[in-house]
Amino acid sequence: MSVTEVLMGNHATSHGVRLSRAEVISAYPITPQTQVVEELSEMCADGRLKARFIKVESEHSAMACLIGASQAGARCFTATSAQGLALMHELLFWAAYARLPIVLTDVNRAMAPGWSIWSDQTDSLAQRDTGWIQLYCETNQEVLDTTIMAFKLAEEVNLPVMVVYDAFILSHTYEPVEIPDQKDVDQFLPARKAKFVLDTKNPMTFSALTGPENYMEFRFIMEEAHREVVDAYRSITKDYSKRFKRSYDIVESYHAEDAEIVIVTSGSMTSTARVAVDRLREKGESVGLLKCKMFRPFPVQAVREAIANVDGRIVVKKLAVLDRDISHGSGGIWAQEIRSALCGQPRIPDVHSFLVGLGGRDITVDTIMECYETAKAKERPDDSPVWVGLKR
Amino acid sequence: MMNDPRSQGQGTRAQQYPALELMTSGHLACPGCGAAIAMRLALKALGDDTVAVIPACCWAVIPGPFPYTNLKIPLLHTAFETTGAAVSGVRAALDIQGKTETTVMGWAGDGGTFDIGLQSLSAAAERNENVIYVCYDNEAYMNTGIQRSSATPLYAWTTTTPTDYPKMVPKKPIDEIIASHKVPYAATTSSGYPHDLMAKFAKARTIKGFRFIHVLCSCTAGWKIASEESIGVMRLAVESRLFPMYEVFDGERLVISIEPKGVPVKEYLKRQGRFRHLKDEQIAEIQRRTDHNWERLKKRALE
Repeated sequence: MSVTEVLMGNHATSHGVRLSRAEVISAYPITPQTQVVEELSEMCADGRLKARFIKVESEHSAMACLIGASQAGARCFTATSAQGLALMHELLFWAAYARLPIVLTDVNRAMAPGWSIWSDQTDSLAQRDTGWIQLYCETNQEVLDTTIMAFKLAEEVNLPVMVVYDAFILSHTYEPVEIPDQKDVDQFLPARKAKFVLDTKNPMTFSALTGPENYMEFRFIMEEAHREVVDAYRSITKDYSKRFKRSYDIVESYHAEDAEIVIVTSGSMTSTARVAVDRLREKGESVGLLKCKMFRPFPVQAVREAIANVDGRIVVKKLAVLDRDISHGSGGIWAQEIRSALCGQPRIPDVHSFLVGLGGRDITVDTIMECYETAKAKERPDDSPVWVGLKR
Repeated sequence: MMNDPRSQGQGTRAQQYPALELMTSGHLACPGCGAAIAMRLALKALGDDTVAVIPACCWAVIPGPFPYTNLKIPLLHTAFETTGAAVSGVRAALDIQGKTETTVMGWAGDGGTFDIGLQSLSAAAERNENVIYVCYDNEAYMNTGIQRSSATPLYAWTTTTPTDYPKMVPKKPIDEIIASHKVPYAATTSSGYPHDLMAKFAKARTIKGFRFIHVLCSCTAGWKIASEESIGVMRLAVESRLFPMYEVFDGERLVISIEPKGVPVKEYLKRQGRFRHLKDEQIAEIQRRTDHNWERLKKRALE
């Protein structure tokens, strides 16, 4: 039987990892991720989770450890934030290019300096070119469910998956979370069956020197795997919803079908945006919401479909893309991706880019209202993003 | 002195090499490479129930490029600074699968051990991971073209320590550093002493916990020696007491493996192009330091 408990986001992750029967965990403490691995240490210590937990001396070593363990066939997990993820950068490439199905939780935290422990997606979005699948979460329930699905997805396509959610707003905030029964999860997610592993009975060499005559083909094969991710994820979440009555599409439309202006969000600000959209629609505004869950691979087709109505006609005139992140010298990262996904399509809506809530500043209903009003009022989008709530 | 080949008759012992060959021909090492010899001998002693983890180093190239390999054991290539961490992960996974008897061996160069990999190495030693960590030490970044590492000896030439301004500080005392972690086994050996090398690997195989083996390996290109000089020069490193061979158990008991003849360091230095620029006073300084270190080591062995 499933049970409902009031859990902080970080403990929702721990339960997701426990239910997924991770076999090797390796991690280094960093706020605001720490409770994920504290709880997992408890679970390993009291036998609820039969895993080896290696307490390493850095995030770089955490990922290196899992690369070794995953190549030897184990189901592997780690969690980190911001500076820790940045320190792993080299090995994020390694894990993905070696096609290892490692699952990593990143609790979004702003990059320093100035020192900040508060929410900001720049840390994970900056890892966009490393080859990892990235899935963003809106609620603690979604955190738990996504963690379990992440292992299934990773092992199906042989790519590592990053499960991402906001510091404090989810990580340290308690919400009721339904924890599935272990037996049901076991049926959904059987033990990992790795095809190629470090095995002295069948010796193989992994990640060897690769000359120009082969390297490009490795990249091509991995890109092909990325192109399978959307379908693989959709079939996994369909299966999950049959078993557990909850599903999360890679993009979710909320009244976006018939709206002239669509607000685009990711992570926990989506819940706030739902309230804003409800209030605006009550006032008769033609507004909708598009929640983006998957960032890599970027679901180009799903984004295009989400803003076209049933006849394939696009009624959306404007998108207001909210970024809690910045790529300096360029702008909001989600906005870049959305623009790129729409480029070349007939009748593209204008993309208005907004920078909100950087470094953990609150994103309120009013913040989102302001984005909407600004997008509505502007005849054309600005060349650079609009900074919302900036002190001047 | 049980490993001393001179006390046991080199000729007869030669026939006692295990016939097992887990390293094949066709590798990409230079002729006379001490690191290639070291791997061949180490695997004879360890056997085929061994998994190797190799970071960036000469040995990242020696097995050959994809899809080739010259090792008949599973091999995981990993990033430069990660050996200590990667072996820990492999160990954990094998343990979970019940393969607790499989030997997990990290095999890193001096750069990957003394420099960039020291952090993850120290951490693995501190956790007393059940692995063998091997540093094959050719005393510089040879794979990238002979740049100085912290294993490069005093006054040596490298491409980043030119003869006008050679390395002005001595080699980092890696063996003391690792033994100070109180690991069950730490040993030094050399490709110039095959019996000693194989005996130490065979012994390490039977010990549980973290084992560190530091193998001095000649590099013909970096030391500027002819390939046929390789073994002779490596033996002089030991005989001159510049590279003493010993074992440390639990970071406490130190046993010297071979009593060196104590030939003057000059005999070792003058055979190598990397020391050709040395002035007499520099050779004297190296001799003074070598004598001092040897006396200190002998005292440690009596403790």
